[in-house]
Amino acid sequence: MKPLLEINDAVKTIYNDNQNLNILDGINLEIYPKDFIVVLGTNGAGKSTLLDAITGANKLTSGEIKLNDEDITQKNLAKRSRYISRVYQDPKLGTSPRMTVAENLLLAQRRGLPRRLRLRKLNDNIEKFKELTKDLPTLDNRLNTFTEKLSGGQRQTLSFLMAIIQKPELLLLDEHTAALDPQTSQELMELTSKVIMEKELTCLMVTHNLTEAIKYGNRLIVLKKGKIILDLDKDQKSKLKEQDLLEYF
Amino acid sequence: MNLIISTISQGFIWAIMAIGLFITFRILDFPDMTVEGSFPLGAVTAVMLIQHGYSAEIALLVAFIFGNLAGFATAFMYTKLHIPSLLAGILTMTALYSVNLRILGKANMSLTKPNNIFNKYGLNKLPVNFNGIILGIIIIAIITFLLIIFLNTEKGQAVIATGDNEIMAASLGINTTVMKFIGIMVSNGIVALTGGMIAQQNGFADVNMGIGSIVIGLSAIIIGEVLYPDVPLSIRIITIVIGSIVYRLILMIVLQLGFNTNDLKLISAIILALCLALPTIREQFFRAFRNGVRSK
Repeated sequence: MKPLLEINDAVKTIYNDNQNLNILDGINLEIYPKDFIVVLGTNGAGKSTLLDAITGANKLTSGEIKLNDEDITQKNLAKRSRYISRVYQDPKLGTSPRMTVAENLLLAQRRGLPRRLRLRKLNDNIEKFKELTKDLPTLDNRLNTFTEKLSGGQRQTLSFLMAIIQKPELLLLDEHTAALDPQTSQELMELTSKVIMEKELTCLMVTHNLTEAIKYGNRLIVLKKGKIILDLDKDQKSKLKEQDLLEYF
Repeated sequence: MNLIISTISQGFIWAIMAIGLFITFRILDFPDMTVEGSFPLGAVTAVMLIQHGYSAEIALLVAFIFGNLAGFATAFMYTKLHIPSLLAGILTMTALYSVNLRILGKANMSLTKPNNIFNKYGLNKLPVNFNGIILGIIIIAIITFLLIIFLNTEKGQAVIATGDNEIMAASLGINTTVMKFIGIMVSNGIVALTGGMIAQQNGFADVNMGIGSIVIGLSAIIIGEVLYPDVPLSIRIITIVIGSIVYRLILMIVLQLGFNTNDLKLISAIILALCLALPTIREQFFRAFRNGVRSK
């Protein structure tokens, strides 16, 4: 099977305290279709930089990234967004506060597509959005609510729906449950897992939560100082305990 | 009565400028100082063209286009050269002072030709100052209609999203740079158009007539928001018109109370500061009131 995404010798260098610092230090990674990879690592390990490099928000210093065998290293964020979607840690980063829930979903439905000078089709999509939110108690019947009026959990659920409303080839989750209370975090994680399974999404999820790291996904990667120091498949991962992972932090 | 009608007439015309300002300040969340230069740019352009025999409509159209160019300069400095938003606007505003002097050839010029938008289409047959009200309503209706239609297009929604949350907009593939160009250019185009209209209404253009225009526009927006909070976008634009008229009426009352006209800018700034502080004052008042009730 061909990998969906290939990262070869990825290096990201920044200049800090009068010296060059490799935030990503020769990362090699292959992500296959339907992979659900969990990425663990301490603060500053390079997790978010890796996601930035994949989305194009931050270009690599050297190395290459291929999506479906096509070199996308020099493609900008807008062009990559057609295939790659991302949910951020901060619920405020993923939504437009002065737009309603339905307007946000409509905006996300054209992710990566040109924005034309033609009237948006909000009413044509309302039924679809109702269907999408009907089993979500946090967002049900809130299509016309302005996003700024939503709680953090509701906004993050909306961010997640926006990321998957148009099926992405690769879904990136950047500690997307970290800013939520334990119950909301668990509910969103359950929803995430369910949607990934049902839609057969390929996903790279960054987390600090060891329980989540063990429970979810079919592969586990640990990053430290910009390098992959551990890469486990599903079988190896299933034998892990939280204690085992602590030594990598 | 004439004074009130004149004040309302001015309120309508200045509301057009405030709508332009609304695009940058509220939709794009971009504090654009360019307007202090693009407003007189529209005025001097319109007056010069009319003085050279062009029609008032052509003069306004060219003023609108020139305003767009001023907006382009600011947007270019901000998005391509990464100059901070405030500074980019101030640089364009400063540069426009010389440009306006170049266009006009001197600091001010009277409109001696009868060709004036306020005298056309039978507007001159209306009672005094009613031409400003009627023309203001027509232009506001056209701009509001076009603006609402635009904001309901995919591109318009992308402009709103860019101002609302640029990181999200970019991650959805929206070219936020283009959206900023569109917003800043159109905004300054409308501001310059208003400059052209005010010049025709007043019968002259002055390179200094932009000073304080940002305060006038912002006052209209803020008063509208204070009077009518939490309204949909289409209604928000109408509240700007109401805000503009209310602001002019407050100024008129203040001047009628005998204040020196030299203090006009000071009074304008105080009115805006009060309007901006009103939500905080109101909240503190209610908090003190609630605490008072509780302690009893």
